[in-house]
Amino acid sequence: MDINYTPEERAFRDEVRTFLNDKLPADISRKVKEHKRLGKEDTVRWQKILNEQGWLALHWPKEHGGTGWSPIQKHIFEEECAEAGAPTVLPFGVNMVAPVIIKFGTQEQKDYYLPRILRSDDWWCQGYSEPGAGSDLAGLKTRAVREGDHYIVNGQKTWTTLGQHANMIFCLVRTDPDAKKQEGISFLLIDMEKSEGITVRPLITLDGEHEVNEVFFDNVKVPVENLVGEENKGWTCAKYLLTFERTGIAGVGSSKAALAHLKQVAREQIVNGKPLIEEPHFRARLADVEMELMSLEMTNLRTVAAAEAGGVPGAESSFLKIMGTELRQEITDLFRRAAGPHALPFLPEELEGDFEGPYVGPEFAASVASRYFNFRKLSIFGGSNEIQKNIISKMILGL
Amino acid sequence: MDFKLSDEQRMLEETVGRLVRDTYTFDARNKILESEQGFSTDMWNQFAELGLLGVPFSEEAGGFNGGGPELMVVAEGFGRGLVVEPYLATVVLSGTLIDKLGDDAQKEQWVSAIIGGETRFALAAYEARGRYDHTVVETSAKKDGDGYVLSGEKAVVLHGDSADQLVVIARTGGDADARDGLSAFIVDANADGVSRKGYPTIDGLHAAEITLSNVKVGADALLGEEGKAIDALEATLDLALITLCAEASGAMEVACDQTLEYIKERQQFGVPIGKFQALQHRMVEMRMELEKVRSITMLAACSLDAPADLRKKRISAAKAQVGKSGRKVAEEAIQLFGGMGMMEETPVSHYAKRIVMIDHWFGDREYHLGILETLIDVDDHAA
Ligand SMILES: Cc1cc2nc3c(=O)[nH]c(=O)nc-3n(C[C@H](O)[C@H](O)[C@H](O)COP(=O)(O)OP(=O)(O)OC[C@H]3O[C@@H](n4cnc5c(N)ncnc54)[C@H](O)[C@@H]3O)c2cc1C
Repeated sequence: MDINYTPEERAFRDEVRTFLNDKLPADISRKVKEHKRLGKEDTVRWQKILNEQGWLALHWPKEHGGTGWSPIQKHIFEEECAEAGAPTVLPFGVNMVAPVIIKFGTQEQKDYYLPRILRSDDWWCQGYSEPGAGSDLAGLKTRAVREGDHYIVNGQKTWTTLGQHANMIFCLVRTDPDAKKQEGISFLLIDMEKSEGITVRPLITLDGEHEVNEVFFDNVKVPVENLVGEENKGWTCAKYLLTFERTGIAGVGSSKAALAHLKQVAREQIVNGKPLIEEPHFRARLADVEMELMSLEMTNLRTVAAAEAGGVPGAESSFLKIMGTELRQEITDLFRRAAGPHALPFLPEELEGDFEGPYVGPEFAASVASRYFNFRKLSIFGGSNEIQKNIISKMILGL
Repeated sequence: MDFKLSDEQRMLEETVGRLVRDTYTFDARNKILESEQGFSTDMWNQFAELGLLGVPFSEEAGGFNGGGPELMVVAEGFGRGLVVEPYLATVVLSGTLIDKLGDDAQKEQWVSAIIGGETRFALAAYEARGRYDHTVVETSAKKDGDGYVLSGEKAVVLHGDSADQLVVIARTGGDADARDGLSAFIVDANADGVSRKGYPTIDGLHAAEITLSNVKVGADALLGEEGKAIDALEATLDLALITLCAEASGAMEVACDQTLEYIKERQQFGVPIGKFQALQHRMVEMRMELEKVRSITMLAACSLDAPADLRKKRISAAKAQVGKSGRKVAEEAIQLFGGMGMMEETPVSHYAKRIVMIDHWFGDREYHLGILETLIDVDDHAA
């Protein structure tokens, strides 16, 4: 047993650091670090820089333009990116639909979509959930009926993250209403710009932000070439995609960066003449988070190391999802407390990248309450934490 | 011991309950939130007509002669409807402080204007440096002829943006965080030298940062004896804490009810999600937290006449419990609603926001636990 990074891994970390130092635009990292709103342009600009370096497609095989990195390298990369304030890559294209296309797609689909994803030509969104099908995803009702060389799609998707920017959506649709739930589902790629009959409506979340949408399909014609894998075998694609959705799910890098920021804030905030970090209640909770983070990081590394030795992480990734999201939520709770009464003012304009002040409270306080409420989503999406526990009960405990 | 409400208290509960049920619907409230003022003057006038603005004041002054339990009953009702009108700021924080400290003329003028709904107040006490500690006051009041000149900055003044008048806590003597030397003044919110930066708060209310620069007031602006406001201020803040705890209790009750109703209705995997034992237990835990808050709020509300140490101990305990239990109930409510719980259009998200943020008004859980720690040796057997 040796928990130290190898010389090669340390050299890799230096390489990543140098790259981030040289190439991460300062205006973008400032927004990330100060929790300002990121625009589509910010994400795309950063993705293009990563792609130029060949570091966008972490999880793809090398032959398609992936990095071919080991899980430990990916971990180091994510940690460094979070610390430097790099924006999160939009996961829907590069980390979700691409692996499915690589595994199940036709040669034409690979040739067409993969380079476009690498170049950020398309903005993808994920059309899984429906009003009646959340945790019970296989209960989805959006219908696709084959007519000649097209499918005609009718139905509704919901909670579609950043669908307002998207020109492409990958959807699970029902192609055989008579088959058993999971067996009549297909995986379709739909062009939102060129197709007629698609309406995207904003949904506003409790922090007042527009991050998710409803997407309606009214007799939308989709060419059959846009089917990925076999008709009625979409559930296999969906399950495969899930294993990718959960890579990096522990969010160790983000938690580390957030905790470092929190400590800095707690050192600077003076409460009754003393830095907040010296306040015993606050300090005890910081120490507790620190402890949890150490445990999480090691659990994460153990899991990815096991995956490196053989196969993809299985149900173990459910542990990581629960531990990781709870920790990130706890950190947002501490930020809220660090701001004290100045967590109360609700001034969304203070979150704009070009807002120059003056701030009503301390600058860091502008986002803390919104973020705390927004981060409640972490335990709901990507398979709710209850569903993760069901998976662990069944797959690991055999209950 | 008797946990039943008296007939009068029950009538008060019904009055508030009916008002909230009939007129304070989710849609009506949303309209109020969108308005610039952030609350409804119509609603305020109705409070006045129903006598609600007089609850804590003596009958001679035209009030209801209510104490802790009466305020609790009113605030619980407001909490159920997430009422955003400046009741706490005007009636509880400012009105009762004027009532405690003021001379007959001041009470005659201001308490009746509050009860009648003509004048709205805000209490400008806390400052950024002290956060939740009301004794940290750097705002100064210097003698100037007969009157005083006030200068300083006040942070997150509840409803300070819309108030007609302010009660300002300023230092007439002593060090920056001494208990002695604090005085209370009535200041016209539009007086020369008063500047206000108002804003909405994330829990649906409004507040303001207030700067006083050389604001001149007359001798009649001083409430009570110079430098001796601390005891009355603390008694007032205790009343405010009881009001907040009760409001949290009402809001938590609705959050629990709405969540229960939702998990009975929402179908996944062919059954209502409330059939899953994992969620049933979570719902049970939410209800336990609610019961704790209800109980400790009653204890606090009935402790106003207890010796000061015991009163403070119980009230801080109640506020700390609200901070702890409220967070749990709010987070669980959102979680059990799933994606719907994250939506602005879902009422429960508004309850969650209010419940969580109540912790940030007048001392959070850690702050009040800190007070409790200093009082653990105070005998807490009921007198
Ligand atoms: C901010 C946000 C962004 C999202 N982005 C996307 C997106 O881009 N694309 C997309 O397709 N979807 C997206 N989702 C949807 C997300 O995947 C669903 O919200 C999630 O699957 C839960 O479904 P639901 O909201 O319908 O809750 P429900 O399934 O109704 O669940 C409600 C509650 O019941 C619990 N529950 C359900 N079943 C069980 C069970 N068997 N045992 C125990 N507890 C159970 C859940 O854990 C939850 O607490 C997003 C959601 C949010 C909040």
